[in-house]
Amino acid sequence: MTIYLPIAEVSVNAFILIGLGGGVGFLSGIFGVGGGFLMTPLLIFIGIPPAVAVATEANQIVASSFSGVLGHWRRGNVDVKMGGVLLAGGLLGSAVGVQIFSALRALGQVDLLVALCYVVFLGAVGSLMFIESLSALRKSRKGGGRVQRRRHNWVHGLPFRMRFRQSNLYISAIPPFGVGALVGVLAAIMGVGGGFIMVPAMIYVLGMAATVVVGTSLFQIMFVTGATTLMHAIYNQTVDGVLAVILLVGGVVGAQIGVRVGPRLKAEQLRILLAMMVLAVCIKLGFDLVTTPDEFFTLSGGGGGH
Amino acid sequence: MTRLLASLALLMAAIATPTHAAEQVVAGLSQHSVSLTTNFSGSQIFVYGSVKHVAPAEEEAPLQVIVTVIGPAAPVEVRKKERTYGIWINGSAVRIDSAPSFYAVATTGPIRDILSFTDELRHRIGLDHVIKLIDPPEWAKDQREDYRKAVARIREAEGLYSIRTGTVKLIENELFRTEIKLPADLIEGDYSARIFLLRDKSVIDVFEDTIEVRRAGVGRLIYTSAQDYPALYGIISILVALAAGWLASAFFRTFFPN
Repeated sequence: MTIYLPIAEVSVNAFILIGLGGGVGFLSGIFGVGGGFLMTPLLIFIGIPPAVAVATEANQIVASSFSGVLGHWRRGNVDVKMGGVLLAGGLLGSAVGVQIFSALRALGQVDLLVALCYVVFLGAVGSLMFIESLSALRKSRKGGGRVQRRRHNWVHGLPFRMRFRQSNLYISAIPPFGVGALVGVLAAIMGVGGGFIMVPAMIYVLGMAATVVVGTSLFQIMFVTGATTLMHAIYNQTVDGVLAVILLVGGVVGAQIGVRVGPRLKAEQLRILLAMMVLAVCIKLGFDLVTTPDEFFTLSGGGGGH
Repeated sequence: MTRLLASLALLMAAIATPTHAAEQVVAGLSQHSVSLTTNFSGSQIFVYGSVKHVAPAEEEAPLQVIVTVIGPAAPVEVRKKERTYGIWINGSAVRIDSAPSFYAVATTGPIRDILSFTDELRHRIGLDHVIKLIDPPEWAKDQREDYRKAVARIREAEGLYSIRTGTVKLIENELFRTEIKLPADLIEGDYSARIFLLRDKSVIDVFEDTIEVRRAGVGRLIYTSAQDYPALYGIISILVALAAGWLASAFFRTFFPN
């Protein structure tokens, strides 16, 4: 069944979209990532214009992250205070990121920047996570006991300490704010929610209690992508209502299943899975950069959509 | 007296010009409007017509027909990937001044055999004449054709451009028909259909018509609200997303509690 998308002005298979939405929503519920890092390249791959893909994907992430947040909220797994600090940083970061994006767009190299950002960050985050969880998994197999992650590092020596009860932390507000801001910058440049960077940062840099990482990340993502959706709708008119509805039908259902399946999986296994997925996308994008293309030319609208 | 001479001269001139040939083309389209509803998955336009013999045929050369349908044109930026430090990156853009969003040509025979270059130019028939690159940047001057051809090649691969030789059926030098396939990825606008009647490689009559392609139904509503009330549209998009998220959560809590 094909559907004509009124704003993207292309016709696509609805079942493929529902499937993609469901798969990405599932990941979102399990890992607390928005899934944009997978979905945006996939949408562009099936022929949605990049500008529409980025904007509409943001709208879908609002739905799946809200659905996920509700699930985690009921289990008491959302640290609102921590989420608020991350969000404050995130909004500032994304405002800066949008400016960087416009500047590079003027130079005509935004495509390359986005691709390199994906490869570098996905590669770094993916391999770190993969190595760390693999060794953790090995240790837990050998020792049988729970892995004690390092709880005290440089992060704990900074001023403006705040108590984040649900995260089981008493740390300075600067690191979460900084993490939020960095993620915001990258999110604006890469057109994603930023969960795939934030989740590892929350675990490894902030040392948050694992149970609240996912819910809190989704909480922050929901607001950032909401703001992104609104900005794209106002400035670019690139949010495709039909595409968004199809994606979010799959997305919210997938997120609910993910929230239920997630706790039954072991944390280390979960992280290995996410790490492998991140690396797969990274390798695919990196491969596309170095292999000789079939078609050397690319077209884009004269209006200068990215 | 002078007036009479003048009109006589005009009459002579009229008879001499090829536009008043012995044949005229009368044609029709199966539809004059296409609605882009959300379930639009492409369409077909049938073009049919007949040759009206206004005077007894003097020439024996067979008649030929060319049908073209052209969609709204817009500028396009073309970039060529270049290998730099081992990775393929987009080079600078060449702005094609104008390229149609859709272009279909159907003919009774190979264009080279049935149409003279002069008339091809005069009536702007063929991809060479509809993809316009007037003033390429200095560095791209010698690659001008590469960039133009890239547009033609990529859009042809996407099913937006087609040159289909021999797909117009002309029966008894009098009746003809063909069909033009409109792909699912159509954009809104006025599509112009032209039907050329040819003899001895020159155009002897032209028939023109317009197909209106418009968004319809829900798609139209969504598009116009996104354009006219962007802030409201954005807020509604977010509310719809939140509602869907809540609905799924509530549904799962009710039916799959754990």
